[in-house]
Amino acid sequence: MTDLQNIGQQLSEILKKQNADYVEAHLEESQFSSISYRGKQLESISKTTSVGGNVRALVKGGWGFVSFNDLTGLQEKVEMAVKQARFIGKETSQFYESKPVVEDVAAKIKENPALVPLSEKKQLLDEYNNAIWSTSGIQTSNLGYGDANKKTIFLNSAGSFITQERADVTVRAVAIASKDGEVQQAGLSEGTRDDFRPIRKLHKEIKQLAQRAVEMLTVPTLKGGEYTVVLDPILAGVFVHEAFGHLSESDFVYENAQLKEIMTLGKVFGGSHLNIIDSASRPGLRGSFKYDDEGTRSTKTYLIREGKLTGRLHSRETAAKMHEKPTGNARAINYRHPPIVRMTNTYIEPGECSFEDMIADIKDGVYAKNWYGGQTSMEMFTFSSGETYRIRNGKIAEMVRPVMLSGNVFNTLMNIDAIGDDLDMNQGGGCGKGGQSPLPVSNGSPHIRILKCLVGGK
Amino acid sequence: MEEILALAKKVAEEAEVYMVSSEETPVHFESNRLKNTQYKQSQSVALRLIKNGKTGYATSTNMENAQQLVDDAVATAEFGMKAEFQFPAAKTFPKVAIFDGDVDKISLETMIQLGEELISKVTEYSPEVICEGGVTKSSYQLSIVNSRGGQASFMESVFGLGIEGQRIRGTDMLFVGDYQSSCRPILKTDDIVKTTIRQLELAKRTAKVTSKQMSVIFAPDGVTSSLVLPLISAFNGKTVLEGASPLGKKLGEKVFDINLTIEDNPLIPYNTSSRPCDDEGVPCQVTPLITKGVVMNFLYDLQTAARAKTKSTGHGQRQGGLPSPSPHAFVLSPGKVSFEDMVKSIDEGIIVEQLLGAGQGNMLGGDFSGNVLLGFKIEKGEIVGRVKDTMISGNVYQLLKEISAIGSDNKWVNGFLNTPSICCSNVSVSSR
Repeated sequence: MTDLQNIGQQLSEILKKQNADYVEAHLEESQFSSISYRGKQLESISKTTSVGGNVRALVKGGWGFVSFNDLTGLQEKVEMAVKQARFIGKETSQFYESKPVVEDVAAKIKENPALVPLSEKKQLLDEYNNAIWSTSGIQTSNLGYGDANKKTIFLNSAGSFITQERADVTVRAVAIASKDGEVQQAGLSEGTRDDFRPIRKLHKEIKQLAQRAVEMLTVPTLKGGEYTVVLDPILAGVFVHEAFGHLSESDFVYENAQLKEIMTLGKVFGGSHLNIIDSASRPGLRGSFKYDDEGTRSTKTYLIREGKLTGRLHSRETAAKMHEKPTGNARAINYRHPPIVRMTNTYIEPGECSFEDMIADIKDGVYAKNWYGGQTSMEMFTFSSGETYRIRNGKIAEMVRPVMLSGNVFNTLMNIDAIGDDLDMNQGGGCGKGGQSPLPVSNGSPHIRILKCLVGGK
Repeated sequence: MEEILALAKKVAEEAEVYMVSSEETPVHFESNRLKNTQYKQSQSVALRLIKNGKTGYATSTNMENAQQLVDDAVATAEFGMKAEFQFPAAKTFPKVAIFDGDVDKISLETMIQLGEELISKVTEYSPEVICEGGVTKSSYQLSIVNSRGGQASFMESVFGLGIEGQRIRGTDMLFVGDYQSSCRPILKTDDIVKTTIRQLELAKRTAKVTSKQMSVIFAPDGVTSSLVLPLISAFNGKTVLEGASPLGKKLGEKVFDINLTIEDNPLIPYNTSSRPCDDEGVPCQVTPLITKGVVMNFLYDLQTAARAKTKSTGHGQRQGGLPSPSPHAFVLSPGKVSFEDMVKSIDEGIIVEQLLGAGQGNMLGGDFSGNVLLGFKIEKGEIVGRVKDTMISGNVYQLLKEISAIGSDNKWVNGFLNTPSICCSNVSVSSR
């Protein structure tokens, strides 16, 4: 084993001696194991170990960054980062200063996936794959399991020395059914934090998704157009993360005058029932942590409160530049990348409307559940449902083929006219930004209702 | 590497050691200004072994601890899949130029200058555009040895440069930009600037679209984001073996338009996807996929080929894990129609440059749909403005059965796809 703590101590001394406005370093040691199936066949089973680190330096507003697997020659690596920063720095550094933190944060691991024998993981995955293949009409499937155990050390020139640990487990399953040249698929994505136990109980859900894929072959396609759409907590969670959450990331906003204007605090984005939150301090979720990758303590940030824009997500740099406070949202997927502004656990706060009341007055609408994929480009978003039903005369009616929902986020937020009382967090997500993917996050929502939502179709 | 191989041979029947190390120097611009420069050193070693006929696999970034790597691989072999292939013995590889020592000699100053030039030329044309840009030089060294005497090793240099501009008016956002890469230095910004400015020029006005079926020109970037993704899975030997590829039983049959010809070509000098061998040490070759509409070949790695009772086509690629069939570089043969003539021939239609959300939906079946992120309306043979709030959807197999026109304007997209513009009629377009 590499003695990370000892290397950290050495590095810490080097950082303090640099002639720079700010220097930080990350060290990381991790173990992964993964098992995947393609169809009935085991595709791969593997173990990975990784150790590496990076140094980031700020001089006169310019950043240098050096990442490495080779843990020797740390002095030169630090100097190289400082030299890079000095080479490009031509302004005054703006970086929110905070008091140094020295802390060893113990992980609250309930059942460590690294200690579950490979034979047991394999057995469990065999059972899940059998659950898919015991359904008739399945053409092929993908099933993937992964766990990661990670220890990170954060150091900076102000004297911070923070050690944190985490364990993540994910399971993804896709069942693909086909008949007469038609193909349909259904999927599931589950994740847990510091706990292997929930991963043992997915038999029923996996069986159901296989059955759903087969059933979807026989259902009609919805005609494209505008509908009143009810989203389930998973899809609404994806919507709030993808469509709105990314706009709250201040690194998009702080140097962009026009976007700043769109995202002016106090501006009305939705009805007074709308509250959107990002919170890494909510414990036990995939996006939870005590300190972010700049050593800032995690917070609970109201992005929208009673329909008005009230907050945004910051790193120490964006906070300083916008004269606001850091929110503890600077995150890096691993030591190969510098921290950037990211979401953590993002959700719509529950309201008071029951699901029955929400659909009661819909004559002809769409109930879109689950998530297949999503993409946004600032104001525009598209996301695909995994399971879709028609709503007729206040009742959930027949199943239809999955749909793609698309629109402008500002109009869509305004068009949310009902928010349910049934918040649920989805732990299966991984977020991508700036080439860093998948970062563990969670997102959630109660059921929500959107008026005049554009649904793609034939 | 030899040490790992020797240790592995003591406990397993067969073994292969794969090592990749890289150095990368990116320069990054944000909000029209130089933001940071980075230097990234990385290395990793992967051991694949066959023990009791089963495959084990482990990777590490730590070169020192060979025993740990062997132990991890052996642990996974107990549950691994049956190995049906053999590692390749010593081979001769095609010669393909993918390394240029000049790339590493490009100074940080020059890289910064290139980035600044890109941004200043675009913002000169349109001061309200806010640009993000990047200039990157990198080098990779890859080595493979196996217990059957096979070995391969090569170096690749890559230089890339690109710009992404956004223009915001109220809540209206426009995204433009282009990217180029090569194994040699790119010291001219002209092409990228020209493409970006043309996009801005065409987007000056917006045009109305009504929901109906109409002609759609997929520009090279649009071809990538909508039409090519389904084909990649359909030509994957694994998809074929599973019986899930719509083309699986169509080998030798004419499935596509007679003018459609696609090959996978990893031997183009200085293209960033080129290489002498794949990640299993199998020599690379040009593989015809569609010739005049006829399905010619599928893509295989060693294990998939063995199971399908055929030979590896040299497409065993690793994306962090075990090798799996994956294309190197798709090249679509150019047609005879210029882009301008293609536009002139259309009474009502749209040009799709970038599609958002493609790859969702039933890709395996060839379905695609998405929001037109960057696209233009054609009326009576002329481009009249940019389209907004517009979705298109269709099925690749239906659209490529009868292509209205194939352009002569071939262009590289991300070093992976070389394609002309493709015009299809009767594509479903919906708009609000």
